[in-house]
Amino acid sequence: MVLATAAAPAYAFIAYVSNEKSNTVSVIDTDSWTVTKTIKVGQRPRGIDFTRDGKFVMVAVGDDDTIQVIDAKTQSVVDSLPSGPDPELFAQDAAGKILYVANENDNTVTVIDLEKRARIGDIQVGVEPEGMTISPDGKTLINTSETTNMAHFIDTASRQIVANVLVDARPRFAEFKHDSSEVWVSSEIGGTVSIIDPKKREVIGKVTFEIPGLRKEAIQPVGIGMTKDDKTAFIALGPANRIAVVDVATRKVTKYLLVGQRVWHVAFTPDEKYLLTTNGVSNDVSVIDVAAQKVIKTIQVGELPWGVTIAP
Amino acid sequence: MIRWLVGLIGWSLAATSALAADPVTIGVGYLGTAGTRSTLSLVELPAENDGLAGARLAIEDNNTTGKFLNQRFALEERRIKEGEDVVQAATALAEKNGFIVTNLPADALLKISDALRERGTLLFNVGAIDERLREADCRANVIHTAPTRAMLADALGQYLVWKKWSRWLLVVGSHDEDKLFADALRRTATRFGAKIVQERTFEDKGGARRTDSGVTLIQRQMPVFTQQAPAYDVLVAADESEVFGAYLPYRTWDPRPVAGSAGLVPRSWDAAQDQWGAIQMQNRFFKLNSRRMTALDMQAWTAVRMIGEATSRTNSGDVKKVTDFIKGPDFSVAAFKGTRLTLRDWNLQLRQPILLVDGRMVVSVSPQEGFLHQVSELDTLGYDRPESKCKLK
Repeated sequence: MVLATAAAPAYAFIAYVSNEKSNTVSVIDTDSWTVTKTIKVGQRPRGIDFTRDGKFVMVAVGDDDTIQVIDAKTQSVVDSLPSGPDPELFAQDAAGKILYVANENDNTVTVIDLEKRARIGDIQVGVEPEGMTISPDGKTLINTSETTNMAHFIDTASRQIVANVLVDARPRFAEFKHDSSEVWVSSEIGGTVSIIDPKKREVIGKVTFEIPGLRKEAIQPVGIGMTKDDKTAFIALGPANRIAVVDVATRKVTKYLLVGQRVWHVAFTPDEKYLLTTNGVSNDVSVIDVAAQKVIKTIQVGELPWGVTIAP
Repeated sequence: MIRWLVGLIGWSLAATSALAADPVTIGVGYLGTAGTRSTLSLVELPAENDGLAGARLAIEDNNTTGKFLNQRFALEERRIKEGEDVVQAATALAEKNGFIVTNLPADALLKISDALRERGTLLFNVGAIDERLREADCRANVIHTAPTRAMLADALGQYLVWKKWSRWLLVVGSHDEDKLFADALRRTATRFGAKIVQERTFEDKGGARRTDSGVTLIQRQMPVFTQQAPAYDVLVAADESEVFGAYLPYRTWDPRPVAGSAGLVPRSWDAAQDQWGAIQMQNRFFKLNSRRMTALDMQAWTAVRMIGEATSRTNSGDVKKVTDFIKGPDFSVAAFKGTRLTLRDWNLQLRQPILLVDGRMVVSVSPQEGFLHQVSELDTLGYDRPESKCKLK
């Protein structure tokens, strides 16, 4: 693994893509933009993320009720974590010591000690917990519940819910601005992204979408990627087959980028030159040149690609 | 469960200072007929709590959400027997419940709708698929989560036309509801350019649905009944009464697929539906009821969830406020069908995708690609605003 330094033009990174249907993870080399390996994992892999030290990739395999751990060196499954039933998305604290897992089937968030790889607690939340993110200061965990339609604010010290913010229907993903001033929550069925002030814990604005020639119901926002300078957000719009480029300051869409079909999630390369998107129905990954705001490449992966993470 | 809820309300109170001390209780009544209809297939015999089980799950789901908003949902169930006074039962339910979910025949529903109009009770029709309840006999206090015959027929017809199976042999039962479904199928054929090459009637001469040597006889009858038909692509059966439809697949004289009341069937929901997060819903339902979820269960679940959705959006248990919100332009509900569901404001029918199922799998979901509409593609299913005879009052 080579890390990017200021002078270097383009370094190769390694991206891992979970393929929900084929029960595999595709490994993509971002230099050649090719799939270099396909790793067999458990059933229905979705949420996927690197451990903070970059040594392991965790992938939630919902139908096996666990999170599998892939060794990034050997690119093979080496362990599994005791998540609750049907894990989908998860978030880890800044130190990479605690993992919080949304368990869709039993309305809980499971807390896992990553060093001991042991379950250390549960938090009761709304119906079908899904989106998970932690505030940059590590003090607040946000969980969204799809049928309750709320963003639950959980105090990570006491593991208690401290506030519940109602958002539009079927909230699926939450993302903090890097300066902690806002949380963005996408509502798949509501078709909006709610912007929450984490201090006041209320919705202070909404991003809405309109694409000429496309019916409203097809616009179903899911994954959100925000640049480190907090200036631009890239929002995956599901069956609208587009990524919305949003000016964070004005909360307006400046551009729609056509990607593959049913785009789920996004991930930046660490140098933020590229953004990768998983396109569920067309079974491919689109590569977006972030500065040019253009799709430059499409890579065929497994069936129904869902999540994506890139080595730090 | 209750004690657990009370505990949760306790701490959510401490956390959210704006909440009042006592939870707001939202009463939902469920009024259905006792007993179940018989079906040809033993595996399709409805459970005794068909429909009701969906309402119970939605009450649980609403309460999970409600604990964060200091709202509590309670279900009062009432099943009426043949000969019992439905208006009396409904009025008694309306004493404590501002919302009543009904699984009743059209005439009974109209009676209670008129009886409860002054009271302001909001009714949800989850069982009756009759067109007239949304057309000439529509009512301003009745919301329909059950699809109509025309919606079901259009959903099927779109798929058959997409498949280029456009020559239909229509077989109609001899009961009134069979004829109504056949009317809907004829309308669909005209709308989408299919051709009904011939119609046949299957007379119900009575007889048992279960016999010890039934198969032998059916195997002789069905090929004979379907022979000498003009060239056709698909046999479409209209047999809501469950007299012959399920006997047709694999037994037609010509080797043709069967659709309609058997074979490929249009339904609002199916136990096999697992797309769009539905698997969580199916699991929750199975855990609570120890059986799989039917279309009627889903229609009842959706009705009770609509109430929950509106009470949480308005942060109120006030029936008038909640009713206005449900009927208003900002209302939508998520029901695991890949798109938000909204109400047709001209007749209070819930717009919804319709599944096409074969008893084991979801074969397709309508509206089909290419059936376009200026407002919502879901309005390509059933009677659209310009054709509607409904005047809400």
